[in-house]
Amino acid sequence: MEAAVFIVSLVDCCALIFLSVYFIITLSDLECDYINARACCSKLNKWVIPELIGQTLTTVMMMVSMHWFILILNLPVAAWDLYRTCRGWPHRAWAEKPGLQGAELRHLRYVKVPLGNMGVFDPTEIHNRGQLKSHMKEAMIKLGFHLLCFFIYLYSMILALIND
Amino acid sequence: MSSTGFNSRNGTGQTYANGPSQNPGMGFNIGSQAPYSPMPTKGPVAPGAGLYNSGPYQPGPPAGPYQPGPPAGAYQPGPPAGAFQPGPQAGPYQPAAPVSSYHPPPGQPPLTRPPMGGPPPTLTPPQSSSPAPRMPHAQATPPPPAAMSHNYYPNQPPQQSPSPAWQYGAAAPPAAAPHGAMRAPPSGPVGNHVGPMNPAATLLPPQPSPSSSAGYAPTPLAPVPHSTAPGSGPGPVPLHGYTQPGNASTPPPMAPHPYQPASAPYGALPTGHAMPPMGPPPMGNATPPPPKAEGPSAGNGHQAPYAFNHLENKMAGAPQSGPPGRHLGHYPSLPPGYNNTPASQGAAPPMHPPMQTAPSQYPPQPQLYQQPPGGPGLAQMSSSLASLSLQGNTPEALRVVNLLQERNLLPAGPIPAPTPPLPQDLQKVNCNPEVFRCTLSSIPQTQSLLNKAKLPLGLLLHPFKDLSVTLQLPVVTSSTIVRCRSCRTYINPFVSFLDQRRWKCNLCFRVNDVPEEFMYNPISRSYGEPQKRPEVQNATIEFIAPSEYMLRPPQPAVYLFVLDVSHNAVETGYLNVVCQSLLDNISALPGDTRTKVGFITFDSTIHFYNLQEGLSQPQMLIVSDIEEIFLPTPDSLLVNLNECKELVQDLLKSLPHIFEKTMETQSALGPALQAAFKLLSPTGGRVSVFQTQLPSMGVGALKSREDPNQRASAKDIQHLAPATDFYKKLALDCSGQQVAVDLFLLSAQYCDLASLGCISRYSAGSVYYYPSYHHQHNPAQVERFEKDLKRYLTRKIGFEAVMRIRCTKGLSIHTFHGNFFVRSTDLLSLPNVNPDAGFAVQMSIEENLVDMQVVSFQAALLYTSSKGERRIRVHTLCLPVVNSLTDVFAGADVQAVTGLLASMAVDRSVSASLGDARDAMTNAAIDSLASYRHAALTIQQPGLLAPACLRLFPLYVLALLKQKAFRTGTSTRLDDRVFSMCQLKFQPLVYAMLMIHPTLYRVDDLSDQGALNISERTIPQPRELQLSVEKLCREGAFLMDAGSVMHLWVGRSCNPSFLTQVLGVPDYAALPQNMYQLPELETAESQRTRAFIGWLREQRPFYPSLHIIRDDSPQKGDFMQNMIEDRTESALSYYEFLLHMQQQISK
Repeated sequence: MEAAVFIVSLVDCCALIFLSVYFIITLSDLECDYINARACCSKLNKWVIPELIGQTLTTVMMMVSMHWFILILNLPVAAWDLYRTCRGWPHRAWAEKPGLQGAELRHLRYVKVPLGNMGVFDPTEIHNRGQLKSHMKEAMIKLGFHLLCFFIYLYSMILALIND
Repeated sequence: MSSTGFNSRNGTGQTYANGPSQNPGMGFNIGSQAPYSPMPTKGPVAPGAGLYNSGPYQPGPPAGPYQPGPPAGAYQPGPPAGAFQPGPQAGPYQPAAPVSSYHPPPGQPPLTRPPMGGPPPTLTPPQSSSPAPRMPHAQATPPPPAAMSHNYYPNQPPQQSPSPAWQYGAAAPPAAAPHGAMRAPPSGPVGNHVGPMNPAATLLPPQPSPSSSAGYAPTPLAPVPHSTAPGSGPGPVPLHGYTQPGNASTPPPMAPHPYQPASAPYGALPTGHAMPPMGPPPMGNATPPPPKAEGPSAGNGHQAPYAFNHLENKMAGAPQSGPPGRHLGHYPSLPPGYNNTPASQGAAPPMHPPMQTAPSQYPPQPQLYQQPPGGPGLAQMSSSLASLSLQGNTPEALRVVNLLQERNLLPAGPIPAPTPPLPQDLQKVNCNPEVFRCTLSSIPQTQSLLNKAKLPLGLLLHPFKDLSVTLQLPVVTSSTIVRCRSCRTYINPFVSFLDQRRWKCNLCFRVNDVPEEFMYNPISRSYGEPQKRPEVQNATIEFIAPSEYMLRPPQPAVYLFVLDVSHNAVETGYLNVVCQSLLDNISALPGDTRTKVGFITFDSTIHFYNLQEGLSQPQMLIVSDIEEIFLPTPDSLLVNLNECKELVQDLLKSLPHIFEKTMETQSALGPALQAAFKLLSPTGGRVSVFQTQLPSMGVGALKSREDPNQRASAKDIQHLAPATDFYKKLALDCSGQQVAVDLFLLSAQYCDLASLGCISRYSAGSVYYYPSYHHQHNPAQVERFEKDLKRYLTRKIGFEAVMRIRCTKGLSIHTFHGNFFVRSTDLLSLPNVNPDAGFAVQMSIEENLVDMQVVSFQAALLYTSSKGERRIRVHTLCLPVVNSLTDVFAGADVQAVTGLLASMAVDRSVSASLGDARDAMTNAAIDSLASYRHAALTIQQPGLLAPACLRLFPLYVLALLKQKAFRTGTSTRLDDRVFSMCQLKFQPLVYAMLMIHPTLYRVDDLSDQGALNISERTIPQPRELQLSVEKLCREGAFLMDAGSVMHLWVGRSCNPSFLTQVLGVPDYAALPQNMYQLPELETAESQRTRAFIGWLREQRPFYPSLHIIRDDSPQKGDFMQNMIEDRTESALSYYEFLLHMQQQISK
């Protein structure tokens, strides 16, 4: 059972690594002007949700299998992904409901949702205020994190297989 | 060889010729300007000056703007100039005058120009000599009493000499004698400061031409530098060795003529005469009392090695018009801090009758009081001016100003951009600041230095400005366009030629070969002088691009009109205006034989119009399936205008009637836009959308988000961001297909401009907004709409454009402001570009700019003209790099900083909150002044200190906080607010500044003194007044110019002659509540007033409507809300704001 959890995590982690690399490549293409902002953003936005799902999957599995250390490691990243996705999600009708006023609205504002954005990667904003750089930095950090996780899972998997 | 058609009209050849002849005065500036190579420049200075002025921009008479060929004539360069000024100076600049905004590159104020050149020279010669002897510090210091003067004091001796110059300006002949006397006594300086100024001030105020002179007036400042210069000599000298005695000498030659004319008017004034004598005594008094200021002045002297900012000085000079004394008089009511010199105040009031004071009240510049040591020495002043500019030791820009004490900071005339301290030969060819300017005209060497200055670094561009009116635009036809092989920079005046065959790129420093054909100069028909090619002689140039610059054959001009015909729209009556305007201008639409037009109307359904040739009348096709929009007959909806003109005209005539009785209230804007996009996507082009209500059907439908109860909320304003991404996505689709959408919003209700505006913002369109438009109830809006439409339909247009902004290696652009889509890191996609669009970018310094003396910026705009030609317009700006904080401050361009700050604040309001944006603006002002105080001032003194170049910064920031876009606590409709934000982002700086800080004039006593002469019209030039109710008086009538609207406020007991002669009513009671036009009376007063208002209107591409407001009319609020120096229920007064800043700074 334990081994199965780690095998799935490992596969998931590989996918996330590939995704991070893909993000980095696409963003650097944009930086070097090989691709235009519109194409780049629509490519990347497609993968924002899968990335979130992948990350959540590992986190949930670790929670279920009670691997607290790995869970703690994964939680912040999952939280960040969730926050970012909410913030950039284009169809946020729920934030615009007329019924939402006062305290409720302020609560939502806490999640700072720039309305009318076209997703996490917005072609009209990506060249402003160093957003491209910060996206790039984020992708790099995630790549590092996933690589670290990859070895942790690998180690844990082997350990689990041996114990079995 | 290949470069056959060189149409650089005046461009190279003529320009220069003009140059020398023009204004000797210029030379003057030059001298001062050339920080780096002072010595060499001097000799040539005088001539150089001429060049300077004429520079690349002043084509002189032959200015043929765009067309290479014969066209030049159209622009009327010649005659206008002549008309302008009788004086010798007129030359090239005159033409510019009409468009005040355009200053020649050197940074001189356009209008002011002529006078300036003139005066300085005459005076200077003597003066310069005088400064040399400069007084011992000791002497100077003791007198220091006046706060203001302090700076100068140390240098005092020189000052006196300068003072003569002033006199010159003011009333040269009479004054001269006195000041000789004045000068002699060393002590003079102290007492004098105020005195001289006063006379000048009194005289000037009323006259327009003086304003130009006023521009010079800044010269008063000049004295300062002057004085400093001498000081510097002895003391710590400036880095570059700006102060050169030699320079001083140079100026004299130029001066004579220009100034004279100006002076004459002044002399005439009685008051002026009276003043001179008076001046000195009061001065003395005034100065002694406030001892505080002095300290700082001394500090300045040291600090300001350069005197680059001649302009600034000039500005200061402008103030002449206002007698310093006067304001003081007014001031009594002000907080104690404001009274600069009590003594002077006392003196002033008696001197001037109350009436007079009102108009002239503004002592334009603080300097005035301070500087002019010898009251009598008007002449001195003028001389000082001249010397100042020449020497340039003390940058006027760095003069320390205690904002709490100096109240009257506004210059009399327009504020010119600072002139960067570049070698004269570079500055001569530098790009015109109206087209391209930087917030810091001296670029800091490192990012850390920039961070210390706390000022934003950015560029403001107006790349497609109509240049023909003021400048000539050289057009080059060449089969090869010479560009750097690695960074693709276009060859420009700032590259260096290593030898005949190689040139070094000034952006990436790569060495490139000079192509064979570039060796031949088509203008001089000579070979082997690549440096003489027009590309290397002009910072603004246009190339006709060869085929490699085309991805597809140049598109034809295509115009599609999308009209709202719902009940609401018909009710407003706008359809008649649009159709009539189109009928009138249909042959003036820019284009060639391929021009196409099309029409779509919509309510709850979409109506297309088949205009195919052969039909007897237009055929309306209705598509009611708005979910899945399709084009009924794709080929015949867009038709060739020339072939189907009659059908189009038929349609335009019948359109308003077709929908007269419509009861349809829904609006399907989204589907209509989709249809327009489909229709235009094969060719690209322009969509003009007229919308009168919130879209309610189909995709893109919006709900009202505005809560009227929250309009005056002091809390954060919601809903500044779009509610849906539909318009943004569609705009990006449009952008990809080279379609631009211009939005005309005519509505009384909330239309959610924040969402709708996206359609224009990202497709590089423009937004026009006419709140409460109605054909009967709002004639002023109708008039404005008509004029705007005319301009809109007939203005120049560029299709399928892209703009790339490059900068020297080490600098990088990180944020863009304006209407466009940023396609890749430095490439702006502009499906259409129009002459009224401005852009701004923010930059950071990525690598230290060590070993660089100058950096360059190049904006290249590639577009298809309406004639189907592919053209590239290239602007190159060159700025010096400095390594001290003082120099960075000296180069700050307060207007550009304000403009950029406003754009940044708009972004911040949307992405964070309005409160954040307001705090950020306030902090920007506080931080920069705090940084100046801590890092750049060597001597600490009490008060809120600012360098002269930033003295208006707190005022502008306060103005921004009270601007519609950012104000809180005052009821503001959401759409008004959002529109104001749009305008701040996409208007060129000149117009944005009027929105931010309107100008106020007293117009009931206009006189011809100092008036401008433009093509046989006399344009009076009243003084610009501060925006404070204290400047108003019941006896007067005041005109407030807020850019897109003008208010003429008539006081309750207004001068009866103004009422009858100008307004055409027997008395105040007969003045109607709603009056939007001045009657065309044959009286001199009426003509003057109309000439002045007409002249203001001519200077901008849009049409400001005029509202005549009685003291008791409901519209008074609109007028009063622009009184930004006054306190309101929810906002601080200027003085309170300053105190707040001081508090924050001293924390």
